[in-house]
Parts: sequence; C-alpha cells; structure tokens
Amino acid sequence: MALLVLTVAASLAVGARATDPAAVLSVLIDPLALGAGSVDAVVVRELRVPRTVIGLLAGAALGVAGVVMQGVTRNPIADPGLLGVTAGSSFAVVVGIAVAGVTSVVGLAGFALVGALAAATVIALVASSARVGTSPALLVVAGAAVTAALSSLTTLVLLSDPQTLDRYRFWTVGSLTGRELDAGLALAPLVAAGLVGALIVGRSLDALALGDDVARGLGFRLAPTRAAAIAVVVVLAGTATALAGPIVFVGLVGAHAARAAVGGGHAARMPVAAVAGAALVLLADVLGRLVVPPGELEAGIVVAVLGAPLLIALVRSRSGVTA
Amino acid sequence: MTRPLVPVLDQMKGARPSRAARRRDTPHPGGRLPSFDRAEGLPTACAATVAAIEAGRARDRRRAIGVVAGILVVIVAVGMLALALGDVPLAPAEVVAGLLGLEGTGGAVFIVQGLRLPRLLLALVVGAALGLSGALLQSVVRNPLASPDIVGVTGGASAAAVLAIAGGLTGLAVSGAALVGALVATSVVVAASGRAVAGARFVVIGIAVAFLANGIVGYALTRANLTQAQSAWFWLVGSVGSPSWDDVALVGSTVAVAALGLVAARRPLAAQSLDDGSARAIGASPVATRVAAMTGSSILAAVAVSVAGPIAFVAFASGPIARRLRGRSPALGTAALVGAAVVALADLVAQHLIPGTLSPPVGLITGAAGAVVLIALLVRGEQAGVDRGAARKGTRP
Repeated sequence: MALLVLTVAASLAVGARATDPAAVLSVLIDPLALGAGSVDAVVVRELRVPRTVIGLLAGAALGVAGVVMQGVTRNPIADPGLLGVTAGSSFAVVVGIAVAGVTSVVGLAGFALVGALAAATVIALVASSARVGTSPALLVVAGAAVTAALSSLTTLVLLSDPQTLDRYRFWTVGSLTGRELDAGLALAPLVAAGLVGALIVGRSLDALALGDDVARGLGFRLAPTRAAAIAVVVVLAGTATALAGPIVFVGLVGAHAARAAVGGGHAARMPVAAVAGAALVLLADVLGRLVVPPGELEAGIVVAVLGAPLLIALVRSRSGVTA
Repeated sequence: MTRPLVPVLDQMKGARPSRAARRRDTPHPGGRLPSFDRAEGLPTACAATVAAIEAGRARDRRRAIGVVAGILVVIVAVGMLALALGDVPLAPAEVVAGLLGLEGTGGAVFIVQGLRLPRLLLALVVGAALGLSGALLQSVVRNPLASPDIVGVTGGASAAAVLAIAGGLTGLAVSGAALVGALVATSVVVAASGRAVAGARFVVIGIAVAFLANGIVGYALTRANLTQAQSAWFWLVGSVGSPSWDDVALVGSTVAVAALGLVAARRPLAAQSLDDGSARAIGASPVATRVAAMTGSSILAAVAVSVAGPIAFVAFASGPIARRLRGRSPALGTAALVGAAVVALADLVAQHLIPGTLSPPVGLITGAAGAVVLIALLVRGEQAGVDRGAARKGTRP
C-alpha cells in the first residue's frame, strides 16, 4: 500500500518536465493555486493526473483478473495477457476502429469486452479438456496459440488501413499517455463492478481450488461459478485493455504478490492484487519516463521486461509449476 | 534369451511388431518351451531376427520414398499454380516455356522468371529452413512444443532485426543481427531452464522470452515513422512478397549447408532419440550434439527470419506433420520438405484466395491456420505419440 502511494506520488511528480513536488501538491489541493495558465499546473492536471488514474484503474483490474483467472483455471501461471484474453480485446478494438469507425472510449470498451469474452470462451473450452486443463504449461501454450491467431487477424485489418495502424501501434504497447481523464472516469464504474464481482466469486473460487468433487460436495455449482468467474475476468481485462492497451504479466505479478502477502484465500488476495497491479503499472510507467529521457518507454514494454523474468522464476521454482 | 529380442528391436524402430514376431511372442501352446537344441536353434532365431529387421527397414524405405514423392508432387503442383496464376494467367505450356526461357513466348519468360519464380523459390527455401529448424529443435529437446517460433527464437531474431533496421543497417548486417538475436534468445531459454531441457518448463520460459522480444519489437515500432512502421508490420507477419535473388541464394545455401551437416551428423542425431545415459553408453556425446543442433536450428531460423520475417507456426508444424507421415522421428528431411510445401501453399492462398485488393503476407495464413492446428493438437493430445514412447520406455526393463 505504501508502495502504491509512493508510485502515485512519483507518477504525478516525475516526468520530462521537472516539477517541484510542492507545486504538484498545491495544484492537486487547489487547481487554481498557481494560476490557471501556469505550465506546471497544466502538466500535472492535463497530463499526469489522467495517466495516473488510468494506470491505477487498469493495473488494479488486471491484478484482480489475474487472481480470478488463476483460481478458475487452477493454474499458477495464468494471466489474462498470457492466455490471450487481452489479444481478443485488441482484435475487437481494431475492428472497432477500422470497420465501425468507433472513436469514443466507451464504444471501444464495448468492443474490447466482446473480444475478451470470445477469447476467454475459447480458452475456457480448451482448458476444459482433460489434458490441457491439468497441465498449466499446456494451457499457456494454448493461450499463446490464441494470441497468435488473433494477432494474425489484427494484422490483417491493420495492414489494409494505415490510419488504424498509426493509432494501434501506440495503443498496443500498453501506453498510458494520450488518454483522456473522462475516459478513465467513464470506465471506472465498469472496473468497480468487476472488482465487486471478483470479491463475490472469491469464496466459490476457494471451493473450486479444492477440486471439482469437493466443491460440488460443499454445495457449490461448478458451471455457474466458472461462468461468473470468466465474466468477471472478461469485464476486468476487457476494460483494462480498452483503457491502457494489452498489458501482459500484470495479472501474474499481482496474483503472486498477493499470494506471498496473504496466502491462499481468493477474496483476501484480491485487494492486495489490485494494489500490487496498480503499483506495478504505475511503477512501469514512471520507470518508462525515466530511462530514455526526454522520450518515454511505454508502460506495457516495461512491464514485459519486468514480468518475463518473474514468469521464468516462477516456472523454475519448485512450488510454482510442475508441468 | 532370443525370444523377446525381435519385438524389442521392432519397437526400437518404432514399427509395429511383425507378424512373425507377434507369433513368437505368444505363449507356446501347452506352456511347453519350444524344443530346439542350442547348436541349430540359435542361428535359426538370429536369421528370423535379421529377416524381421530387414523387412522393417524395407518397409520404412518404401514409406519414405512414397512420402517424399508425395510431398514433391504437392510442391510441383503448387509451384505450377503459383507460376501460372496472377494478373496475367498463363497456360501450363506457357509456364514451362517461360521456365525454359524459350523465345517467342511473349512476356511469359519475363513473368515467370522475373516475377513469379523468385517469390516461389523464396517461399520454398524459407519454408525448408523453418521446417528444418523446428524439427531439429523439437527432436533434440524431445518436445514437440519446443519449436523456434514458440520458445522465442524467431522472436529474438525479429527483435534484433527490427532494432538493426531502426538503427539504419541493411542487407547482411540485418541478417547478422537476427542471428545474434536468435542465439541470445536460445541461450537465455536454455540457461534459464537449467537441466530440465526436455520439460514443459523449457516451453514456458521460451514463451516468456517471446513476450519480452515482443515488447522490444513494439518499442521499435513506436519509434519509427508510419511508413517504416507499415513495412515493418509486413515483415513482422512474415512475407515472401518482395523477393530478391540474393535472398533466395542466402537462404538456399544455408539450407544446403545445413542439410549436408545433418547427413554428416545423422548418427549422433539418431542417438538423441535415446535418453542421455543410453546415448552415452553407445558412445555418443548427447550434450555436445544438442548444443550443435540448437545452434544450427537457431542459424536456420535466423536466416529465414532475416529475409522473410517470422512466418508463424511453420517451424512448429512441419516436424509433427513429417513425423506423422513417416511414422517415425525425427524425419528431418521430410520436415524440411513439408515446411517448403506449407509456405508455398500458404503464399498461394494468400495471393489468390483472399478476397479484396490487399494481398496479405503469407504469415497471416500460417498464423491463423497454425494456431487452430496447435490448439487442436493440444486438446486431442498430439503428444500421444510422445507419451506412448515414454510409456514404452518406462515399461522396458
């Protein structure tokens, strides 16, 4: 939590233009403190607050989506990005931009949700086969296949439409820049609904973790539970993707940070995962601003650089995956 | 002593036990041991064994010839279509005349040799390189999922090549960068998976590396201007649409050298299908072979990627298809032919069967189709063959 506060502060204060922390604070407290035209005020209010808010929303959503996804697939290396759900959103968003000419963020979020739903359904079907469902590694391979197929289709649309490509190539690396604050605010209720839904399915996920038979014996109905959990993942991952682009590994990091902090209970892990996910995305965004000044490295790229070693470490550790 | 030998030898060849072997394997009626005295019984049994092995080898050879001939027929048919179809359709006779460079055939010579042949040849050699690269890695790691396009080798090559292009390099320098990227990716995956090269861990670590490489590619793309980004996208999907004879020669000679190397190294490679202990026991050095094979596989993948981009799933699918056709592993040569046929066919589909004015790069076809194949194989258990092999190994005393 302290880390989150720190990263929020850093996200507001650090950037290509050096700003005085005191000035940042005063702008936040009173938007007109430095005068409406002050450059610092504009930078903080127009650029940094929106990307911080969007980073928080997307990171929290992806972190919790990771917990739910790992619970419903019983797979410690599940992640909405690794399993192709965000690729589904990407494809749908590109179709939305290129074919339907959608420009509003809310409209794109609708497309992202539909795409995430389709990809999640495919993955859930694949995971329900006995062979793949019992092997975490095979499920990740299936996710990579879904991602590959969808990115092929995405590319097909993009190549026929340079204008869309120009917008897409910045969106696809998972960037927090250039998003409007009202986009974040418009989608915040959706994220909130997803988070509440995640908490509700948390208890059922605990039961699922005991195995199908035990869960059924405890009086949980499996199919509705799975469907609800997948719906939650779709809402969270789809919205996050619409906001910040397809960011991989956040769910993985969030879920494992939470497991390390509070142990196995899904509902208890979710707040921690939300905080960890948000902190990770913001940290990546801040780091991205610092490493190549005066340019920036997009948050999604930094997360990939940070997250890939974590996945490797998880697979290597004995407790992680025994394939 | 001699009784179980025939079925075991048959199994080692991956063939079903011959009828004679099965008959020998059934308990003797009445539980009586077969009566033969040592002096003449042993030679008879040996002769039967030798005959069974000979029969098995002959069957294998016939099947190999049939499979190779079949793939060649497919390649020739696809090639004829690729040369004949286009904005100016040509009759088969015109295609042949164009190939032979006969005078008086109008533009056929130019259309065939100047426009369509380079593209076809590039598709064939790139496909062969990818197929060979994939089958080689799959066979030495003994895991059908461990193909260069899944475990990040082509990803590493792409990332390095894109960075090189963004840095202003051209031609062979880009190929060199791709090679470095592929080797770095391979080394990282091998080093990170430690001793468990054969397990699923190798694959998942490879996927992590692939995502990392993907991030680097994305970074390079955002730094380019729109025109560069668009051509980079074409390349990143994998395209043989802008062929040059230099490219064909580069990939072709690499494949040729690799093929010679494989023929020279066929015995150590065959020993790779045993576990490391058994391989050492018969005098092979499995680790050195594996390192050499992985290096060769990386070189093949990198050269193909540097010319045509990472055409998805060709490296992954060629090996299993070849194994299924031949009924045994590793079938590297067959995998190369399968790869060539797949890329040529996919390029034909991309050019002529996709509606609209846009002629998509070949990688789109292989990517969309290959993913479906991969998922189907995962669900239905493509590894059944591998599992069965492992089970058999386990039951063997």
